Amino acid sequence: MSDIVKNKAPVVGLFVTCLVDTLRPEVGFASALLLQRAGCRVEVPLSQTCCGQPAYNAGARADTKAIAKNVITSFEGYDYLVAPSGSCAGMIKEHYPKIFKAEKKWKNRAEALAIKTFELTQFLSEEVSINASTPETRITATYHDACSGLRELKIKQQPRELLLKVSGISLKEGKEAERCCGFGGLFCVKYGDISTGMVDEKIADLEATGAETVLGGDLGCLLNIAGRLKRVGSSMEVRHIAEVLVGSLDVPAILKTRKIKK
Amino acid sequence: MESSAHKFKDLAFTARRDAHLQAALGKLGSGFSLKRKEAARRLPEFEGLRDQAKTIKDHVLENLDFYLERFEERVIEGGGELHWCGDADAAQKKILDICRKANAKTVTKSKSMIGEEIAINEFLEKNNIEPIETDLGEYIIQLRGETPSHIIAPAVHLNMGQVEDTFREKHTTLEPGRKLDEPQRLLEEARSQLRDKFLNADVGITGANMLIAETGSTVLVTNEGNADLTHTLPRIHIVIATLEKVVPTLEDATSILRVLARSATGQEMSVYTTFCTGPKKSKDEDGPDEYHVILLDNGRSELLGSEFQDMLRCIRCGACLNHCPVYQTIGGHAYGWVYSGPMGAVLIPALIGLDRAGDLPNASTLCGQCEAVCPMRIPLPGLLRAWRTKQFEGSEKNTLGKILLKVWVTFVKSPKLYRGAMNFILMILEIFGRKSGGFQWLPLAKGWTQSRDFPSPAGPTFVSQWKKGLLMSDQEELQKRQKK
Ligand code: SF4
Repeated sequence: MSDIVKNKAPVVGLFVTCLVDTLRPEVGFASALLLQRAGCRVEVPLSQTCCGQPAYNAGARADTKAIAKNVITSFEGYDYLVAPSGSCAGMIKEHYPKIFKAEKKWKNRAEALAIKTFELTQFLSEEVSINASTPETRITATYHDACSGLRELKIKQQPRELLLKVSGISLKEGKEAERCCGFGGLFCVKYGDISTGMVDEKIADLEATGAETVLGGDLGCLLNIAGRLKRVGSSMEVRHIAEVLVGSLDVPAILKTRKIKK
Repeated sequence: MESSAHKFKDLAFTARRDAHLQAALGKLGSGFSLKRKEAARRLPEFEGLRDQAKTIKDHVLENLDFYLERFEERVIEGGGELHWCGDADAAQKKILDICRKANAKTVTKSKSMIGEEIAINEFLEKNNIEPIETDLGEYIIQLRGETPSHIIAPAVHLNMGQVEDTFREKHTTLEPGRKLDEPQRLLEEARSQLRDKFLNADVGITGANMLIAETGSTVLVTNEGNADLTHTLPRIHIVIATLEKVVPTLEDATSILRVLARSATGQEMSVYTTFCTGPKKSKDEDGPDEYHVILLDNGRSELLGSEFQDMLRCIRCGACLNHCPVYQTIGGHAYGWVYSGPMGAVLIPALIGLDRAGDLPNASTLCGQCEAVCPMRIPLPGLLRAWRTKQFEGSEKNTLGKILLKVWVTFVKSPKLYRGAMNFILMILEIFGRKSGGFQWLPLAKGWTQSRDFPSPAGPTFVSQWKKGLLMSDQEELQKRQKK
């Protein structure tokens, strides 16, 4: 919390990620609430779209740069950029500076943003603190370590400790919690059959834990896992960790029937 | 070796439905991976050794010509011969020359991936010289007419029953009553067949894990000892190795050996580590009369100085295959050429051309597990992405995927357009998905929906909702909103 000026709430630009934005807005609201509870002022720049991973991983360098510039411009004014996703945060933190390695001005701006970019659970554990604020949640859960968060940002203990501290949940660990679920962005559509084999391995491991809920920090993986669980008729529920930390368990889990109607 | 890398998708599809293969792959994760983890845990300086190994190789690659020339001098000083070969053809011809001069009828061979690269077995057979693989795994797949499916465990795709069947079919002297139901028995049966072949071979061909510039030695690492019989018994020993295998000193070689076996199989050292330095000297009791090193380029020098140079650090330990969830799902043959797994997906396009192996760099989630375990710290996901960039920027051709990406990028680059488009798409999806809560079919997303449901959205984008001032300050308000 060193660089937070005393008595002044840090201003967090919430990078909600394109998947949360379109498919699971609850995660965005839950993230905003958690950040507020941790004493931050939350702002959502309306100019945000996507971090550019689909373009980057498809090899479209020029397009990636254009998208990255939009993110940098939209967020560099805040004290922090926080994203409820390890892969998007990893993209901004680890890859943006590399993308601009030949353009000094943009490289500097990318590096400046990278330093203040955090994945949500990382931010809540390392930069601010948050207290137990919801009644103890009685679910048995297992955590899926999403690849980029785990390997690029070293996110492992943070979500587990937060779950225990904030919601009183201790996890049933899968033997292969660190194994890729087979999502991989466009990979899962382009190589759907291989991806299916991978997600089947994943759900076998998740189900073997006996937990009723799968939690994770990246919506891409969670949609993939939930999509497969639903198709094979499993009763396991899948949620983003932010939903649990904030205590909004009355929202149906991913791909479980929603009851809300406008 | 002929490539079928262009048929990757079909091969992978078949592999996923091969029950024997799937059973064999199921054991990989709990076998090699677990053992590597244990080995790394037992050696506190393991991470430091990885850095050291990387530094050694990086230094070599920056000074490759120097070390290769030095290696050549030492080989010649030791009484050996060194043959520079640019490509597979040149290497094949040179090897045939040596064999012909020696009037060779049979050649024993210990496992060598370079041998696969230059398809030396087929070539020798065509020229009426019988090549005999002496590594158990290689021997089995040679009998079956297959290629290796893993760089260190060539027959990992097979189970014991399949091996037994192969022996019963091919070993004509094998009595039907003889039991072959345990690994040891299978090994004994293979040995019984191989013993005479070892003794009668005219030439022995081995690969090399490293070449030592300081001494002119070639280093061979095996678990079966077959390589030792391959190079000590015949009159002529041929080593086939590629340029990047050279290291400066014995000391450097041992540093790399310390990470090699640990990364590969979790052993501290492989069972046999052999240094071959030239032909038999006057006081030696055994060893070959002639010692030839075939130093092969086959595309390596083109990688020097390119964005793929890091790949030349590879010591072929196989860790990236063992830990790759894609490899574990489809096995090695689906990759269609000599190599497989992450290292194969980077190396194959470099060696046979990106146009002939275009799927390989794409068939990865870039999960990063390979880079995490690679003893030489090769940034494999970054290299896969570099191939994708070459593909994307290098071709004028507009594939459907490329067009869709371009359309998407146009929207993403313009936030207002994006917001409008997303809300429109979400509205449509919501109408169609309202009843079921999810989709079992979506246009352009068959790869997903063939096996997974896709959620139906519940309203406009988060950002639009936020903009309307739906800012929550506490929990009640959130819940109120959700229940509305
Ligand atoms: S790329 Fe690394 S992990 Fe893979 S075989 Fe080569 S050295 Fe081993």
